[in-house]
Amino acid sequence: MGKSLLNWIDDRFPLTKMWNEHLAEYYAPKNFNFWYFFGSLALMVLVIQIISGIFLVMHYKPDGATAFASVEYIMRDVPYGWLIRYIHSTGATAFFIVVYLHMLRGLMYGSYKKPRELIWLFGMFIYLALMAEAFMGYLLPWGQMSYWGAQVIISLFGAIPVIGDDLTLWIRGDFVISDATLNRFFSLHVIALPLVLLFLVVAHILALHEVGSNNPDGVEIKKNKDPVTHIPLDGIPFHPYYTVKDIVGVVVFLFFFAAVMFYFPDGGGYFLEHANFIASDPLKTPEHIAPVWYFTPFYAILRAVPDKLMGVGAMGAAIVLLFFMPWIDRCKVKSVRYRSGIYKANLGMFVVSFVVLGWLAMQPVTSTITLMSQIFSVLYFSFFIVLFITSKNEATKPVPDRVTQ
Amino acid sequence: MSTDAVDKGKRRFLTLATTVVGAVGAGFVAVPFLASWMPSERAKNAGAPVEVDISKLEEGRMLTVEWQSKPVWIIKRSAKTLSDLKTMDDQLRDPDSENVDQQPPYAQNETRSRKPETLVLVGICTHLGCSPTYRPDIAPADLGADWNGGFFCPCHSSRFDMAGRVYTGVPAPTNLVVPPHYYVSENAILVGQDGGAA
Repeated sequence: MGKSLLNWIDDRFPLTKMWNEHLAEYYAPKNFNFWYFFGSLALMVLVIQIISGIFLVMHYKPDGATAFASVEYIMRDVPYGWLIRYIHSTGATAFFIVVYLHMLRGLMYGSYKKPRELIWLFGMFIYLALMAEAFMGYLLPWGQMSYWGAQVIISLFGAIPVIGDDLTLWIRGDFVISDATLNRFFSLHVIALPLVLLFLVVAHILALHEVGSNNPDGVEIKKNKDPVTHIPLDGIPFHPYYTVKDIVGVVVFLFFFAAVMFYFPDGGGYFLEHANFIASDPLKTPEHIAPVWYFTPFYAILRAVPDKLMGVGAMGAAIVLLFFMPWIDRCKVKSVRYRSGIYKANLGMFVVSFVVLGWLAMQPVTSTITLMSQIFSVLYFSFFIVLFITSKNEATKPVPDRVTQ
Repeated sequence: MSTDAVDKGKRRFLTLATTVVGAVGAGFVAVPFLASWMPSERAKNAGAPVEVDISKLEEGRMLTVEWQSKPVWIIKRSAKTLSDLKTMDDQLRDPDSENVDQQPPYAQNETRSRKPETLVLVGICTHLGCSPTYRPDIAPADLGADWNGGFFCPCHSSRFDMAGRVYTGVPAPTNLVVPPHYYVSENAILVGQDGGAA
C-alpha cells in the first residue's frame, strides 16, 4: 500500500529523487566537527521565526497609534502571548549567534573558495536580508529604541550625495518616522523579506549540494571515489548520519534557547533594550542609544569616523568586503589547519576586533571609547588588506589527500 | 517563401524586440509601486504652523514644541551666552552660517535668530537624526573644560554651540536647522511660516 502510493507519487513528482539527492544519497565528508552544527541550526531558527511570527501577526496591530499597546496586549492578555513573543525575540538573537558562528566556520575552513564562491555569495545575501529583516522587525514594537534606531539607520541613506534626502523621504513615506513607515516595514518584515530569505536559503542549499560540502581539512572528497560505486570514499550519506548528529546539536541548542527564553528574555537589556519598554516619543531621544547587539560592530565603525559620508561608507565597506572574500583570499589551501601562522594570527585578530567593536558600540561615547573604536576599526579592515597581500605566496603546510580523523 | 531554412537572424531580432518591449512595460508597471512609497497627500498636508507663547520662558531655559512631528526648541539666551558666541569661531565648521539651507535669510546672522536672545531650532541632529541634549552648563566633566554650553548629541557625540552651530571634528556635517518662524506679537512665535516683512 505505502509502496504503491510512493510509486504513484514518484510517477507524478520527483519525491524519492529529491529525497535521495539531498538526504539519503547526498554524501557529506565524514569528518564534520562541532562547527558544522550551525547551518542546520540556522535553518531550524528560520522555521521557529516563521511559525512564531505567524502567530504574533494574529494579535499585533501595525498602526502608529496602537502598535505599542498591542505588543503589551500580547504580553499580558493573549494566552501564552508572552511566550510566543519571547520565542520570536529570542529567535532573533539566536539567529545571529548561529549565523555568525556559521560564517566564522566558513572563514576558518575556506568554505568560500573555488568552487564554492556562489554558496558564499548566496550566504552573504542571506545575511544582508537577515539584517534588513531584523531591523524592520525591531521597529514594530514602536518603543523608543524602535523609533530612534530606525531614525538613525534610515538617516544613513541621507549621507548619499545628491539623492540622499529624497531617498530617506521615500523610505519613510513621511517627513519623519511615522505610521506610514511602520506600516510598510511591517509589510516587508512579514511578507517580502521572508520570501526573499526562503528563496536565498533554497539557492544556498542547492549550490552546496551541487558542488558538495567542504570540511575541516579543506580537501575535496570527490577526488577520491570508489571505482565501482562512484561514491566518495570519505563521504557518508547525510541521512541518517548527519541528520542524527544534527539532532544532538538541536537538543543542546534548544536547552540554551529555552534558558534564555524563560529566564533572561531581555538578555540584560542586550536582546530587548530597556528603553524599548517606553512608547516612542518623536520629541526625545533616549540618553544612551545603541543598536541591538548583532549590529554593534558595524555601528562602532560608524561612530569611529568623525565625518558623515565617510562613516556611512566605512560601515558599508565593513559588510561589502566580506562578499569579496573568495577573491581577496588568493591562497589555494582552504583550511586554517594547513595555513601559515600569519593567516591564523590575522583571522584571530579579525575575530577579536569584531567582538571588541561590538562591545565598544554599547558604551557611552567618551574620548577613550572613540579612540579604541578607531584602533579596532583599523584592525578590522587590515584583516582584508593583510590577507590580500600575504595570501598570494603563503607558506602553507602540505595538505593531505584524504580527510583526517 | 522557403520551407526548409530557418531565418535565425529574424528569430533573434523578434526575440530581442519582444524582450525589450517587455522590459519597458515592466519598467512602467514598477512606477506606481515605487511612487506609492512617497509621502501621501495626507502626510503632505499635515504639519500646520504652530503658535507658541514664550511669555513665561525664563533666561537659560528651553521650551520644546512639536512641529511637523519634529521637536522645535525655543531658548532664551543670556547676555553672557550671546557674548560667548563671538569667541567660538575657530572651533566651528560654519561660524557665519554660510550654508543657506540651514536657516532662513533672517536668521543668517551672529546669533542665528530674529531677536538676539531668542533662539528657535529644529531639535534634530544633522548627522543621523537623533535629538541632541540641551547642555547649557559651562565646562562639565563629561564634555570638557572648553565647553561653553550648547547641544550634545548622545547618539554619535556631535556638538553644537548655543546658536546651533556645529563644532569641527564631529560627525554632524552642518549647523542645526532654524525653522521658518516669525513674531506674531511680542511674546508669541509662529513656527512654520516666514511671515511678512522680516
